[in-house]
Amino acid sequence: MTLHVLRPGLLMTVQDMGRHGHQHVGLCPGGAMDPIALALANALAGNEPGTAALEITVLGPDLQFDRDTLVALVGADFEAEMPLNRPVLIAGGSRLSISRAARGARAYLAVAGGITVPEVLGSRSTYLPGGFGGLAGRVLKRGDALPLAENSEALSRERFERLKRKRGSSVPWSVPSFTVPAREPIVLHAIEGEHFGDFDANMQRAFFETVWRVTPDSNRMGYRLGGPTLARAKTDEIISGPTCLGSVQVPADGVPIALMADHQTTGGYPRMAEIASADVPRLAQIAPGGTVHFARCGLDMAAELRKDARTRLETALRGIAWAYGN
Amino acid sequence: MAKFEPLSAVTLGDCAIYVEFSKTLDLEVNSAVQRLARMVHAKALPWVRDVVPALAGLAIHFDPDHPEVFGDATSASLKAIDDCLKQGLPKEDDAGRTVEVPVCYEGEFAPDLPEVAAAAKVTPEEAVALHAGSEFRVLMIGFAPGHPYMAGVNPKLAVRRRATPRAIVAAGSVAIANDQTVVYPYAISGGWNIIGRTPLAVFDAGREQPSLFAAGDRVHFKPITRAEFQKYRK
Repeated sequence: MTLHVLRPGLLMTVQDMGRHGHQHVGLCPGGAMDPIALALANALAGNEPGTAALEITVLGPDLQFDRDTLVALVGADFEAEMPLNRPVLIAGGSRLSISRAARGARAYLAVAGGITVPEVLGSRSTYLPGGFGGLAGRVLKRGDALPLAENSEALSRERFERLKRKRGSSVPWSVPSFTVPAREPIVLHAIEGEHFGDFDANMQRAFFETVWRVTPDSNRMGYRLGGPTLARAKTDEIISGPTCLGSVQVPADGVPIALMADHQTTGGYPRMAEIASADVPRLAQIAPGGTVHFARCGLDMAAELRKDARTRLETALRGIAWAYGN
Repeated sequence: MAKFEPLSAVTLGDCAIYVEFSKTLDLEVNSAVQRLARMVHAKALPWVRDVVPALAGLAIHFDPDHPEVFGDATSASLKAIDDCLKQGLPKEDDAGRTVEVPVCYEGEFAPDLPEVAAAAKVTPEEAVALHAGSEFRVLMIGFAPGHPYMAGVNPKLAVRRRATPRAIVAAGSVAIANDQTVVYPYAISGGWNIIGRTPLAVFDAGREQPSLFAAGDRVHFKPITRAEFQKYRK
């Protein structure tokens, strides 16, 4: 079974939850920029949360399935010829058009049985800087044929049959997109980074008072934040150290960079702040031109945010399991 | 080396901690950091996701909500490090591997060799002999998958980075700046002085051990001819 790319959209890649345990050799986990949306999309298609799906960015694709296929599109509010955030049975041979995101930046199209490109280092995620994973390690283009599970049609029918309250090819309910902002600027909780104290009081204040704009050269490696340039008061050289998903570095040009899924594992730039892990998927939903604002937080608050996010996700997953009669 | 103990432990967000042992690059500290990182990794703690040795300290990436850390992964990480230090680090000789890397130092593989040799006031052949005659130590893997930072450049060859980085450096390029050598795993941009190229894949996601280098490795560069380079590629 095959999924055909008729028109690729802006930046479409295969992603799952990433490859873990390789940061000591310089390879970041990568994977879905918004793992919450990926988990929900997969659950709606009857898959395990980390099953490989399509990550669709800002401008969506035109796709065609060989056979009837159960899918779900979750995340940014895309204009599409299918209802969002719910299971949908797409008829074989029909063209599925996904247009542009009215709100948010990324959505995940999960397919019953998953996208079965080969695993590389335990993951099907596309890692663009290294050119591996996904389909040939690259962004998807027109004419690509993505392999689906052999039994994807049977799985799709069997799962769709199990769903309660069906209407036509879908259901009258949907799950909320937790990570997609209702309004901007969004608030990102940030812990002071190792070098926060190297910036003077004005710079520190500017960091927390500015409404930062995500610049057009932002990508899966990092988001550059336009606003006042930040200058470090101390000029001694920083010895290269490890970085983390959500680290906010300030290079010499003073434009902060928030490290995203495909980030480098080490860096020699001062780290001004570290975004609370629960907030990183929300940042992934901000498109270039969108705005963010930082609020100071500590480890306790970060733990609360994780707990809230986990509770919301688990509640939604339980609801989906119930709809499948589990 | 002064006593090897943590100088500081700073949070890397809520899912990692960075424990630093020195504020400057010290080869003995670096070696101890590598051995400590291997020891922490070997504990295979269920809440540890990654142990990342850097130049002067190591990061532990963790699951902060794993039941075995009781809500305080920071303390659990520091305890894991403390346990290893109390147990004692393995001796340096027992820990590291030696990796031999064939390098062609000729022609288009070595665009900056003439300049580097001129700055060192030696012939290009002498510059190659100086580079290939040294033993290098991998201080850290970072910047890109498998990309090693190595110490051991002969002081005579110490040159600064190029003023303008190249937009694309060929995969396998061996480059120097100041007292360090790097090997580029992919065609990426870079500002170091390129003096040769290895035919080996520095990072191959399809290999069981994807990275040719590991932090702590001893590295020797072996000059090869262009013909030998092509043979490796076949």
